[in-house]
Amino acid sequence: MTASRPPLLRVSGLQKLFPIRKGFLKRTVGHVRAVDGVNFHIDEGETLGLVGESGCGKTTTARCILRAIEPTAGEVFMRVAEGSVVEVGKLGRAELRALRREMQMIFQDPFTSLNPRMTLLDLVGEPLLVHGLRSRREREDRVADLLRRVGLRPEYMRRFPHAFSGGERQRIGIARALALHPRLVVADEPVSALDVSVQAQILNLLLDLQAEFRLTYLFVAHDLSVVRHISSRVAVMYVGRMVEVAETTELFSRPKHPYTAALLSAVPEPDPRARSQRIVLAGEVANPASPPGGCYFHPRCPHVVEVCRTQAPPWREISPGHFVGCHRADELQLAGVE
Amino acid sequence: MMGQPLLSVRNLKTYFAQDEGTVKAVDGVSFEMAPGATLGIVGESGCGKSITARSIMRIVDRPGRIVEGEVYFRRPSAQGGAGTVVDLAKLEPNGPEMRSIRGAEIALIFQEPMSSFSPVHSVGNQIIEAIQLHQPLGRREARERAIEMLRRVGVSSPEERVNQLSYQLSGGLRQRAMIAMALSCEPTLLIADEPTTALDVTTQTQILDLMRRLQQEDGMAIMLITHDLGVVAEMATDVAVMYLGRVVEQAPVDAIFHDPRHPYTRALLRSIPRIRSRTRERLTPITGSVPHPYDRPTGCPFHPRCPDFMPGTCDRQAPSLRPVGDHHAVSCFLYE
Repeated sequence: MTASRPPLLRVSGLQKLFPIRKGFLKRTVGHVRAVDGVNFHIDEGETLGLVGESGCGKTTTARCILRAIEPTAGEVFMRVAEGSVVEVGKLGRAELRALRREMQMIFQDPFTSLNPRMTLLDLVGEPLLVHGLRSRREREDRVADLLRRVGLRPEYMRRFPHAFSGGERQRIGIARALALHPRLVVADEPVSALDVSVQAQILNLLLDLQAEFRLTYLFVAHDLSVVRHISSRVAVMYVGRMVEVAETTELFSRPKHPYTAALLSAVPEPDPRARSQRIVLAGEVANPASPPGGCYFHPRCPHVVEVCRTQAPPWREISPGHFVGCHRADELQLAGVE
Repeated sequence: MMGQPLLSVRNLKTYFAQDEGTVKAVDGVSFEMAPGATLGIVGESGCGKSITARSIMRIVDRPGRIVEGEVYFRRPSAQGGAGTVVDLAKLEPNGPEMRSIRGAEIALIFQEPMSSFSPVHSVGNQIIEAIQLHQPLGRREARERAIEMLRRVGVSSPEERVNQLSYQLSGGLRQRAMIAMALSCEPTLLIADEPTTALDVTTQTQILDLMRRLQQEDGMAIMLITHDLGVVAEMATDVAVMYLGRVVEQAPVDAIFHDPRHPYTRALLRSIPRIRSRTRERLTPITGSVPHPYDRPTGCPFHPRCPDFMPGTCDRQAPSLRPVGDHHAVSCFLYE
């Protein structure tokens, strides 16, 4: 990326609070801090892996970016095709609709995300129709082309989704997401519902399509092995906050946050000779409705010191491109994986 | 395998007769388990690994039925010694003998800790019920034993937790409570069906750690059913790889990962993403997908996806499990 060119997407201070309502009057008694001040950017053509455990806010972050839900605070900037930068949160309905051509989503569950009453032609052709491609003949040609690109036979376009396996359905979802030539594709756990032998096919397809169409991915996942195979950079979230962002190899081999190190060590390796000492974290993920004070990770952190209990760690760049939110990032020597 | 096996499954077939045809969910599965061993059963969805477990427990839902085969299980005798062997497949599923084995000598933990507890009874009452069903203990003693079990599995303040309902517990705690219930009657065989699949990876580490510790203390054998080859490599002493209702390869864990013989095992190991890979490395997928159960290929069930497919052989006849090395058996014509 040249210094003058802004990133494709920039997220600044993003926050999403869900109210907790109780009683007859549904009074708000507190908030679930699902996303709590998240900053990151994505350059054009790269894949940012967004990882964390369930409830850490990764899906909420993805949805706020697309404005599938409205963020409570913070800004999302997107560089549109003409080169100007727009603030996604300030757009009106018509402008947002136009922008959505450029940002599309791939969902986790290919069994519930496709309407069972629509044929492949309707499913993949729907975004084309919505965005003004009225001619049926042209739509059919375009759908046939899209199906071919994702590895499905165009003859299938009159069939319904139930006739397809999980992997094939995920290909249909990808074809639908690509129909409008988006530039940013948000993929939320796109392979976690698939069989192991099919995961690899879909990951390879995503890599191929990225090279072919110069796509930019935000890849939301909990599986660090999968993330390593697809991401150029990785961002780690914990209880609504970002704890570490770095280039993939850097993050895996030199993690700077104790939570990242624990996550890496927790992944069971498919090699019985590699049975190593795992970092077994005590306790459970903090409740985002009543997070602990200071660093949210401190009750489980094996390296906790006094300052961690009282002060939230600053978000800083510890080496070029490597950001971390930990008081002790400079002094800790954490093990990664090569 | 050494000594007398705890469990010996021979040519087990469990079929589901349905209007559209018969689903051969388990189609001639054979394996043995030694006392105290950990057998990993791996395979993708639809390979029959869960139905194999349910067949052993005799809790296959209708219209599923064991149509052939034996499940020899060694019951401990009160005096110690070798005990007696019974064929579970021949027992009445809800008869007195099966009921005295199920939940006591063979215990099961499920993937979904949310749906395996009743939502309207306290976790403690459910554990107490299980204890009283199999042991001649009074209510108070059973309750104390339940609290003791919860403490053993690492539930903090078990005196309070014992009164809570399952939805008040987190996923990790629920799975701990499930394990406490399963182990409360000191089974000799614990069947764990995807015990950590619904859990986060840091919680998974805790639960696997706990299972290993309890096994060391109690000495029970564990049948660990999973699709995750990482979990198997971490936990198992022996591994059976299943594909479409059959065991295609069985071997000690090191041989499965470092000397795999069956083309499916090899392809599976090549296709999985690894944390110690090069960043953005392409994977080597298995072509196609697992066939629909009504649409079972003839001959070897893996032949349409097999890189070593031999026309005229693999699509005509079904191979059988044959020994290829020390405790290593493969079902493939490459080795016949």
